[in-house]
Amino acid sequence: MKRWKKIGITVLSVFVVVLIFAGLQRLVCPKYADDVLEGNFTSEYYEEITDHDVIMVGDCEVYENIDPMYLWKNYGITSYIRGNAQQLTWQSYYMLEDTLRYETPKVVIYNIQALTHAEPQKEEYNRMTLDGMKWSKTKYQAIQTSMCKGEKTLDYVFPILRYHSRILDLSKNDITYYWNNRKVTHNGYYMRIDVLPASQSDVADTEWLLGDGKEKEEEENIDDPWGDIEDPWSDVDADTEDMATEIEEPDDNLAKDSKEGETFGKLPMQYLDKMRKLCEEKGIQLILMKAPSLAPEWYESDEEQVVAYAEKYQLPYINFYELLEETGIDYETDTYDGGLHMNLNGAEKLSEYLGKVLTEEYKVPDRRSDSKLSEVYQKKYQFYEDMKKEQQKELDKYGKIVSY
Amino acid sequence: MFTSYEFIAFILVLFLVYYIIPKKFQWILLLAANFMFYYSAGTFYPVFILVTSFSVYITGRILGGLDKKLDVYVEDVKMGKIPKPTREEKKAYKKKINQKKKHWMLLCLFLNLGILAVLKYTNFAIDNVNVLLDAAGKNSLPYADLILPMGISFYTFQAVGYLLDVYWNKCEVQTNFFRFTLFVSFFPQLMQGPISRYGDLSKTLYSKHNFDWKQVRFGLERILWGYFKKLVIADRMSVAVVMLTEDPEYYTGAFVILEMLFYAIQLYGDFTGGIDITIGIAQVLGIHLEENFIRPFFSKNIAEYWRRWHITMGTWFRDYVFYPCSLSRPLKSITTFCKKHFGMQAARRVAVYISTILVWLATGIWHGAAWHFVVWGLANGIIILISEELAPLYQKFHERFPKLVATWGYRAFQVIRTFSLMCCIRLFDNYGSVRVTMRQYLNMVVKFDIHDITKQELLGLGLSMQDYIIVAVGVLLMFFVSLFGRQGSVREKISKKPYLIRYAIFVMLFFAVLLLGTYGVGFDAQQFIYNQF
Repeated sequence: MKRWKKIGITVLSVFVVVLIFAGLQRLVCPKYADDVLEGNFTSEYYEEITDHDVIMVGDCEVYENIDPMYLWKNYGITSYIRGNAQQLTWQSYYMLEDTLRYETPKVVIYNIQALTHAEPQKEEYNRMTLDGMKWSKTKYQAIQTSMCKGEKTLDYVFPILRYHSRILDLSKNDITYYWNNRKVTHNGYYMRIDVLPASQSDVADTEWLLGDGKEKEEEENIDDPWGDIEDPWSDVDADTEDMATEIEEPDDNLAKDSKEGETFGKLPMQYLDKMRKLCEEKGIQLILMKAPSLAPEWYESDEEQVVAYAEKYQLPYINFYELLEETGIDYETDTYDGGLHMNLNGAEKLSEYLGKVLTEEYKVPDRRSDSKLSEVYQKKYQFYEDMKKEQQKELDKYGKIVSY
Repeated sequence: MFTSYEFIAFILVLFLVYYIIPKKFQWILLLAANFMFYYSAGTFYPVFILVTSFSVYITGRILGGLDKKLDVYVEDVKMGKIPKPTREEKKAYKKKINQKKKHWMLLCLFLNLGILAVLKYTNFAIDNVNVLLDAAGKNSLPYADLILPMGISFYTFQAVGYLLDVYWNKCEVQTNFFRFTLFVSFFPQLMQGPISRYGDLSKTLYSKHNFDWKQVRFGLERILWGYFKKLVIADRMSVAVVMLTEDPEYYTGAFVILEMLFYAIQLYGDFTGGIDITIGIAQVLGIHLEENFIRPFFSKNIAEYWRRWHITMGTWFRDYVFYPCSLSRPLKSITTFCKKHFGMQAARRVAVYISTILVWLATGIWHGAAWHFVVWGLANGIIILISEELAPLYQKFHERFPKLVATWGYRAFQVIRTFSLMCCIRLFDNYGSVRVTMRQYLNMVVKFDIHDITKQELLGLGLSMQDYIIVAVGVLLMFFVSLFGRQGSVREKISKKPYLIRYAIFVMLFFAVLLLGTYGVGFDAQQFIYNQF
């Protein structure tokens, strides 16, 4: 009896430690509820209760430029974007592999901008993309492929080891979103309704695309397509900013996008190949896409490589740069950050074109007659409309969007 | 390395396997673990430690053999197996054997201290020669690209200690090379000591160990406490210390005093924390290591401080440098000369003075290949000698005011005085430059203005207000643990408390380390300061 009591106490003691550990871990993990919302994207997918006919993978060029709600409303297409800030090609592959554990879409669209990145880039973006993934062999492999030098797998297994110092910087949102993260996307789409015309911004050079003579003023910003995203780690380790970091990021030349005439790296091409093969195995149509961002510059040599690959494997390739007239993109009204990403107007225009292509050429069905789906999407649409109104309210009140 | 995930995983696996395998293989597992650990620190490091182990082991065997030969000779004489030698013949034989022993011992000593000297001090020597060459307008010598194996000073001293003990017949000769190598390379103490004696460590190092939950628990608790001191206090404090040290032009006057205080906290947390982890690991394995610190900041004078701080190093220098030096023939001659010309008092002092200065010079050099360490060592020696000289005055004062001396306030004054003095001396090590340290001593007085230390300035040292609070609470905790430790083991006391209290204490400590520790991405986890020695 005494022995059993001892065993019982030991088991209970260990259980309490594990419970506290889990509780504290959740507490210190960033909730991404303030200014950097991108960290919530990956995990939101697992709340989906219906399947999708179209899955889109890629970086901000897809999650800010294509609007699944528009596709549903106007074409009855069910779609989801599994995209993240600076989601690299191998991460898109694993994101797709992860998605295919739950459903098999008819079409997968991959935005090829990330092919220009040959190596893992930044720990911050790795964390935002990978932390939200459910644990599986896929997540483990995604971590192994993505880690920058100095990152440790154990930090992903137990995020408390990475975020422990946030205990001194907790905010109200860490309590508010303790149990559930703040929902921020619409089937993976990140909505922005504000407008920053390209002509009023220095971040993008329009000359290479539009030939309007707008001069480059800040070379550094042009090279950084994610320049609009504030430092996601500003609320993590704020007290350690000046300390030497253990993470070694690739040198500048590697970290930047490709240069004119450069060949895409081995790693992204290898994972594009894997993505293609995976789609073939599952009978999924893979479509390559390039969003019409003004920066970073999309070189002729980049385009040639994508075209050559698409031709070699007979993959459709939609280059929105060449479709500016058809889509009606206007960089004075359709972008919220001077041409890097589309606002809702721009995203609707691109989605309109994409919806037509998907329906007409790839026979993606109109599901609006499905009552169960209609019910689900009605709720989603309500959230979508509410967010639009909220953003408009903030625009009216502050002249800018502050909570999204 | 103690703070890396790999190391923690390594010791956890080792603990597990250690108690699963048959007990007779435990020491073999430890030996394998030592080399895995050392190999992971540097591919070629094991070669150096093997050279030291092998040379000292062989020499030890030779010395043991010569002793045995002498014993056999004496026995044979006793038994009448050989013709009875004359007293002179016996003496001559003994002298011959002792001389042989001495030659072997010196050969091995020079080899091992030579390796240490070449690897650690070559570039220091070149640096100094270059200063002279520069002054003479000649070309500088190129620096040597040498490997400095981790813990070379520690394992060399440990091996040399064994060699001298065998030479002086103070310990048994280890006849198994692998067992001897285990003694030299025992991994927890490779990084920062303690410097163990063969006679002490061998008692438990090679024994078969049953799983003793109390010992294992105590060991784990001590490891946890060590991590708390290292990660929560020392590494947090190091951020401010680095800021203060890197800009001595700006952080002058009152900041120098702040620096001394911060560095004392950092060094204490770092070094004693590391030793706690070391001793804790050994305790989990059932191996007893000597204590290296006994509440050093409670010392009432510097000699006492050095009997409480880095104890195993102090006793090593005492036994293997100070005593042999004091009893050496040249010093005896000097003593005799002084006795003849200046009297007994002076003769006694000369021997002690020369030995003390030599010991502290060696201690300084052992700490690092730089002039500031030499000056630091000499400063310690000089202050100890001054204290010795002033001892009669203190004695008179104590006799005159016995009531005052017995008060708590006077004792506190002595403790604070010693602490402050040690903080001052430590500035040499802190700034890493004799010139900067001397300038800061001056600035500490002439530019002193307490109003310089504002809240804004404190927050500009890389620490937030929460960090300061954590450090303050941590320091208080260390203080009270030390205080309670005066009446016996704190862990013993805690172990007598009800389970819930014990559990709560260690769960809180665990989560304090986990959440408040300065580790992981974003932190350049400070190497243990004593690793470099």
